[in-house]
Amino acid sequence: MTGTFDLGWWGVALAIVAGAMRVSTPYLLVSLGETLTEKSGRVNLGLEGTLVLGAMSAFAIAYLTGSPWLGMLSAGAAGAALGLLHAAISNLPRVNDIAVGIALFIFGIGLAFFLGKPFIEPRATMLPGIPLGNWSASPAIRSAFEISPMFFLGIALAIALEWGLKSTRWGLILRIAGESADAARAIGLSVERIRTFATMAGGFLSGLGGGFLSLYYPGNWNEGLSSGQGLMAIALVIFARWSPLRCFYASLLFGGASAIGPAVQTVGITEGYYLFNAAPYVLTLGLLIYSSSRTRTLAGAPSELSISR
Amino acid sequence: MRNKPTPPEIEIVGLCKSFAGLRALDQVSTSFRAGRLHALLGENGAGKSTLVKCLMGYYRADSGQILVDGQRHIMRHPSDAHALGLGMVYQHFTLVPQMTVAENFLLGRQSLPAVIDWRAEHSALDQFMEGMPFRLDPRRLVASLAAGEKQKLEILKQLYLGRRFLVLDEPTSVLTPAEADEVLAEMRRLADARQLSVVFITHKLREVMQFAQDVTVLRAGMVAARTAVTATSETGLASLMFGAELAEQKAAAPTRTAMPEQAAYLELEGLHAVGDRGAPAVVGASLSIRPGEIVGIAGVSGNGQKELLEILAGQRQAQAGSVRVGGRAFRGTRGELERWGVSLLLEEPLLNAAVRSMSVMENLALRQFDRPPLAIAGWILKRRALWPFAQALIQRYGIRASSPSAPLETLSGGNVQRTVLARELARPVRLLLMQNPCFGLDVAAASEIRQQILRVRNGGAAVLLISEDLDEVLQLSDRVLVMASGRISYETDRSHADRYVIGRHMTQARARPSP
Repeated sequence: MTGTFDLGWWGVALAIVAGAMRVSTPYLLVSLGETLTEKSGRVNLGLEGTLVLGAMSAFAIAYLTGSPWLGMLSAGAAGAALGLLHAAISNLPRVNDIAVGIALFIFGIGLAFFLGKPFIEPRATMLPGIPLGNWSASPAIRSAFEISPMFFLGIALAIALEWGLKSTRWGLILRIAGESADAARAIGLSVERIRTFATMAGGFLSGLGGGFLSLYYPGNWNEGLSSGQGLMAIALVIFARWSPLRCFYASLLFGGASAIGPAVQTVGITEGYYLFNAAPYVLTLGLLIYSSSRTRTLAGAPSELSISR
Repeated sequence: MRNKPTPPEIEIVGLCKSFAGLRALDQVSTSFRAGRLHALLGENGAGKSTLVKCLMGYYRADSGQILVDGQRHIMRHPSDAHALGLGMVYQHFTLVPQMTVAENFLLGRQSLPAVIDWRAEHSALDQFMEGMPFRLDPRRLVASLAAGEKQKLEILKQLYLGRRFLVLDEPTSVLTPAEADEVLAEMRRLADARQLSVVFITHKLREVMQFAQDVTVLRAGMVAARTAVTATSETGLASLMFGAELAEQKAAAPTRTAMPEQAAYLELEGLHAVGDRGAPAVVGASLSIRPGEIVGIAGVSGNGQKELLEILAGQRQAQAGSVRVGGRAFRGTRGELERWGVSLLLEEPLLNAAVRSMSVMENLALRQFDRPPLAIAGWILKRRALWPFAQALIQRYGIRASSPSAPLETLSGGNVQRTVLARELARPVRLLLMQNPCFGLDVAAASEIRQQILRVRNGGAAVLLISEDLDEVLQLSDRVLVMASGRISYETDRSHADRYVIGRHMTQARARPSP
């Protein structure tokens, strides 16, 4: 903290950049997961619940086994399990995926709180960061450039998904299911199976996002950990127009907005602290209004989504 | 792939199929010879689609046999038919609009590579198109293709997949006459070259006479005739298709009384609007209609007709231009519709102009439910007055419903159309706006509704008829307009209307660019 004072307002900028990279990671993972799910023609609104359950599982397993990586794996598995549940219920005839999503949102949070009670106090082994700031003597810069491997994993995933959706067999199959269920059935694909897989993959990534929250930043487990980040990530997918690469840019933007509050606090501005903390929520609202239109439907939205039909 | 030297020959023996006790196919036997263009002719509901769907493995026939090259096959699933080289082009395209032509080509392939090398695929497709009757750019988005191009893409896709027997389900229903001729002539050429056997479903006699070699006529699920086209005539086929009586009735021209010249009742001036995806849909459209005149707008669907009508119905906002009814600005509010006697018959009324889960009675009252005699003081509804009000309309328009309180969605398409028409004509009409009023109706219901439209015109109302069915436009209109790419691109009066000239204008300007 003392280092930031030395850097003055540069410190604020640095803190926002570092914060953006740190805070954007869960946004990125959840929004990539939701993009996958929505590209297959389903909306999973339950990702907030998945995020919280993932955070709890990661923390609990890391605490019990001492391995944060095992914790991450179990977070992904918990997310995939919730995804499977969502898909299995939504596959039933006359079931609305949005309603199921809201139910699982509440269910996921409730389950996480119930199972996570004993883990609120203890400390678990955290995920290590990659120290990229060792060239500098300033501790502020060193801590700012200690970056989680999950952030890089997110970037790699965004690029891989952007390419994969266009140029792989799986990508094409996923998009057929999302663009025209009839066309998919006509060529003998099982739309339900594709969507089940996509929802599970989306759940897995969201679970990882939760693991990042509890094992890296902020790096503990409590019931107010997520504060709606899973929901904002879904809004972010719409803003990013279902493109994985744009999800990455949008996540950085959201991460940066979330980092404003803590960053200005470090230079001693405490007035309006809560107002600054509201920045990401205001941004969400603003972007949704900006990207909506009275006269046109959303460009790029998969045609099978219940919101675009 | 599985190419054989000659296209397959198919024999159907005694096929039966029932749906919920209703017999759709009754002992149907026919044969589709190798390298021939075979027409499957019949009215809506005659069983044409059911027959080919049984052949393609979409439905399982209750009894009967399908022989391919003399061998008996059981079609459990479309993939069984595909494996034998049989393919089908559906009436509603199975293309994925938000994907490119190349992506759509790849979709049907049995085995896609795990990683797709797009450069190689594109050049392979370019090469494939070289030897094909139609060509398309593999990089284009399907949504940007005109209806005719989509139909060609569907056919190309089947050829690309190595199919040697093609079923085309009403291939010309969305095409202009010139496009229809082109597609059918190409199919005939491929059949003559013994590259393909083709069966096309149609209800247009002209196409059968002009292009087909063999014809099977279906009526009420039974084979009314199977013959070579040269051995029959257009009138002969018509009476086989409808039964002698109805064929006569259909041929009789509806009466049309002469109308005095009057000032225009509806005037549109320089109308501009954007479509759902934000692209310009209506571009500077102007037109006027006098009382006692039917103005028909012909055009391939998706050229701005829907948006134009939505502006008139008050469902879409125009960006520029004016709409005037009776000389006054018109915005399509409920009060205005009532004051100026404007009635609307939107396409697919069950989706666009009615409440499907409400009863027939309630749907009939949608325009007047809060007006006397159905309501007191505009807000207390008199449900008891509703019943006789509905009964009168049901009787007058011959709506077949189990009861006035039956939900509208339980009615057949023709009866839903009659219900909405009855509602719209229940009060004095001075302007009738319609889109595809007879879409999906059988011949009897369609000709009845067309009679009603003429009666409204003869009663002195101005009528706007937007239709994709060029025959309907030509039959009913006093003046014919063509709408293409959002513009009114051509105008002619009844006596000078020529289907080929009109068809050329329908396609001259290509469909709108992709959003």
